[in-house]
Amino acid sequence: MTLVQAINNALDIKLAEDESVVVYGEDVGVEGGVFRVTEGLQKKHGVERVFDSPLAESAIVGAALGMAVSGLRPIVELQFDGFTYPAFNQIVSHVARIHNRSRGLFKAPMVIRFPYGGGINALEHHSESPEALYAHIPGLKVVIPSTPHDAKGLMISAIESDDPVIFMEPKRIYRAIKQEVAEGKFTIPIGKAKVLNEGTDVTVVAFGAMIRECQKAMVMTKEAGISMELIDLRTIYPIDKETIINSVKKTGKIVIVAEAPISFSVGSELVAIVNEEAFLHLEAPPKRVMGFDTIVPLAKGESFYIISPERIFYEIERTVNF
Amino acid sequence: MIFDEFDPKEDKIFRLIDNEGQVLNASLMPDLDDEIIVKAYKEMLFARVADEMAVSYQRQGRMYTYPPNMGQEAIAVAAGLVIRHEDWLVPVFRELGTWLAKGVSLKEIFLYYMGNEAGSNFKNAHHVLPFSIPIASQVQHAVGIGYSIKLKKIDEVAFTFVGDGGTSEGDFSEALNFAGVWQVPVVFTIQNNQYAISVPVRSQTKSINLAIKSYAFGIPGIKVDGNDFFAMFLAYKEALEYARAGNGSVLIEALTYRKGSHTTSDDPTKYRDKGEETEWAKADPIIRLKKYMDHKGIWKEDETALIEQYRTEVDKQFEEAEHFTPYQLEDVFQHTYVDMPDDLRRQKLEYEQFLTWKENRK
Repeated sequence: MTLVQAINNALDIKLAEDESVVVYGEDVGVEGGVFRVTEGLQKKHGVERVFDSPLAESAIVGAALGMAVSGLRPIVELQFDGFTYPAFNQIVSHVARIHNRSRGLFKAPMVIRFPYGGGINALEHHSESPEALYAHIPGLKVVIPSTPHDAKGLMISAIESDDPVIFMEPKRIYRAIKQEVAEGKFTIPIGKAKVLNEGTDVTVVAFGAMIRECQKAMVMTKEAGISMELIDLRTIYPIDKETIINSVKKTGKIVIVAEAPISFSVGSELVAIVNEEAFLHLEAPPKRVMGFDTIVPLAKGESFYIISPERIFYEIERTVNF
Repeated sequence: MIFDEFDPKEDKIFRLIDNEGQVLNASLMPDLDDEIIVKAYKEMLFARVADEMAVSYQRQGRMYTYPPNMGQEAIAVAAGLVIRHEDWLVPVFRELGTWLAKGVSLKEIFLYYMGNEAGSNFKNAHHVLPFSIPIASQVQHAVGIGYSIKLKKIDEVAFTFVGDGGTSEGDFSEALNFAGVWQVPVVFTIQNNQYAISVPVRSQTKSINLAIKSYAFGIPGIKVDGNDFFAMFLAYKEALEYARAGNGSVLIEALTYRKGSHTTSDDPTKYRDKGEETEWAKADPIIRLKKYMDHKGIWKEDETALIEQYRTEVDKQFEEAEHFTPYQLEDVFQHTYVDMPDDLRRQKLEYEQFLTWKENRK
């Protein structure tokens, strides 16, 4: 399965299993979404539960909150990362807060899913990585899968979560990776990172599409005789501090790879965590390999912005040799 | 349906009694028992008393910022009479009479304005969402609730409110558009109280009225005299029936006047003139209904004694709120997530350790 098929499969399973689940957003019905993530679901589950909404991100999310408090489990698609901002008020002011505001009387069991990140030569506002924006908001959970298997298991967990989940899909690897994914239902817990490769010289933390780039860089580190531990964060919030700290205690070095602008980012948070919890184990300054604090360039300039395996290897080697 | 007869395009206002409480259109007067009318009057009076006292508590420094409801009681009480137990209320903060009708207690309302979220847990009120502070954002929630109702094929309707200022927000238009397309059972009320804080409605819109906005979204709209209890009651009754029958949403513009300030933090003398206030005072919903009852001879109670009784009741509830369990550290953390992340537990624990240290230091 591809990542697209895995998410589709997760939605299909939950739609079949739980009649309170509804899937909607612009284009998700007939067309199956701009990336075809919801393809075929309307035909199978009907126009009342899988449907096209008018184009208005704030109302897509605002209405979903109304559905969630009244007993449904809406899964909404916002078409691109840069299009989530019109819905920001609803997400921050209501989705993230209704449980707290009502002192537990109302919950918002809903999933806001959208493709994110660069590397597909897209238009402006189609290549952004706003995970830190959402991870910073108390009340939200933020999930980013990097493989089809994880995408399925995490999506099922997200739908079953009684807390609202921002589910960011790395569009660049939507179809780039194929993997055997178990049929039927399984879940992957939200809030748990995964050690993809054990190593002793350096801890590399990444998520989403950057995992694949880190794996390519790992081929180079192997050749260079560097033993690299690769961790896939999988959930941005709640962040799995334990796995990161344990790894850094072992390796003494950390390199963080992510596409978003470097300042005030997930990378910043990880450096802070490592400094607070494993400071005396550090043998080199933590390094963030991340996007510039610039607007993501359009296609012709994207190659400067996008993080390549070479750049990852370059920074890993410098950190290891510090 | 009265919605057909009072076309917002012609800027007609649906009104049943005048400022003197005289019936203007007997054929349309809702068939209400005298007891119901008396009950409505008492609820409006209670809301007014509670509101006046709330402002006074705030002035005494016993409560934080409070948004007065004075002058808008006919809308809230009429909605409160029509809205059923199973219907949803998605409020702003100027529908005191409707919340009370839905089972929210004054104590809870006071508690909220004392800065305690515990006031937003309307546990005895069925299907009432907490107050929404970001303008117009709540109307979208009503649309989502409407979708739930439609999907589950249950007999419920969502009532939601927005101010005249809120109609300028994108969320208002988005919600009405969704409501129209999805054909969901939502009754939208614009409480046009003439001002959005200090900005008059004429600086808010170029539309001839606010009800006409319904045209853009393909749903019925009507402009109603919001200080006329009977007109509001009939509009709500028909709106409820229309929505229940599966026809979709309606938009009611309730023309009213905010007698007090926007909240206790602003000063209406800076942006309103006395002449306007005097003119609107003649249309006061409570005085009008009282005059109507006097004409019909159905009011027999001692109003002074009643107000005294209400004041005692309001005071009692206020004091209960004042003596509510003090805010605990637990209250800060408990409800941010249904499933609390370990890190939040740790943040709380660290703060508790600090408190212990502080205590031992004394």
